[in-house]
Amino acid sequence: MNAVKYLWAAYIATWLIHGIYLGSLARRYGRLRQRMKDLGKKEK
Amino acid sequence: MKRTLPILAVFTALLLAYAFYEAIWVAPMERTMGDVQRIFYYHVPSAWTAFLLFTVNLVASVVYLIQRSPKADAIALVSAEVGVVFCTIVLVTGPIWARPVWGIWWTWDLRLTLTLVLWLIYVSYLVLRRFSDSSQTPKLAAVLAIFGALDVPLVYFSIWFFRTQHPQPVIGGGGSIDPRMLHVLLINWLAFSCFAVVVCWWRYRLEMLQRAVDEAESLESLMGVQQ
Repeated sequence: MNAVKYLWAAYIATWLIHGIYLGSLARRYGRLRQRMKDLGKKEK
Repeated sequence: MKRTLPILAVFTALLLAYAFYEAIWVAPMERTMGDVQRIFYYHVPSAWTAFLLFTVNLVASVVYLIQRSPKADAIALVSAEVGVVFCTIVLVTGPIWARPVWGIWWTWDLRLTLTLVLWLIYVSYLVLRRFSDSSQTPKLAAVLAIFGALDVPLVYFSIWFFRTQHPQPVIGGGGSIDPRMLHVLLINWLAFSCFAVVVCWWRYRLEMLQRAVDEAESLESLMGVQQ
């Protein structure tokens, strides 16, 4: 049985899922930094 | 302490690259399945890591119910979230392996169905945490987590005690594995476990920061109302 395409599909899917999750964390962190900046400006 | 996370992240990246090399080029080819069997080196460590994270979620939830510690609550949330990511990988890579080996993507086999139920329980846990504003939410979520964790041993032991289409356990339970394959499997599990620690650590920091900003904003709006 030579089904190398399934092997690569599984490995790519794994890193795609991790990448999407890490990307969502990075976006959340960016939004949080913006909120912190806004809070800092209001305090001044 | 501040440098520990970047150092661990670099170490994990190197370990993941090495584990990938071992899985693709070093592990011997399985006789009947051929190269598609190498999916096993991502599928099984992802499953074990998900089980580990759901166990951390259980312990943190119990600690939260006893001590009402916000740190324990944050650890419970973070471990459930990262656990769902790993469980999603298990549910995606499993059918990709099953299609060439079984000839079908999915079957309502006990192991597969219980894993899907496990995923649904923890997704509902995250939905509860995301959309409920009640002060009772962490308590409710902790109770849900305790019930959800009951499914972890059911999933794990389902192939030990019941006849299922899913392959038998390779460690214990009567199954056997080539020592070189076992070595590659354990390296991949170590790499994915380190990756889970790095992601959880980062997510935990983000959660604590989020809570601090939420608190500062509500304090600020309260002061605005008083003025």
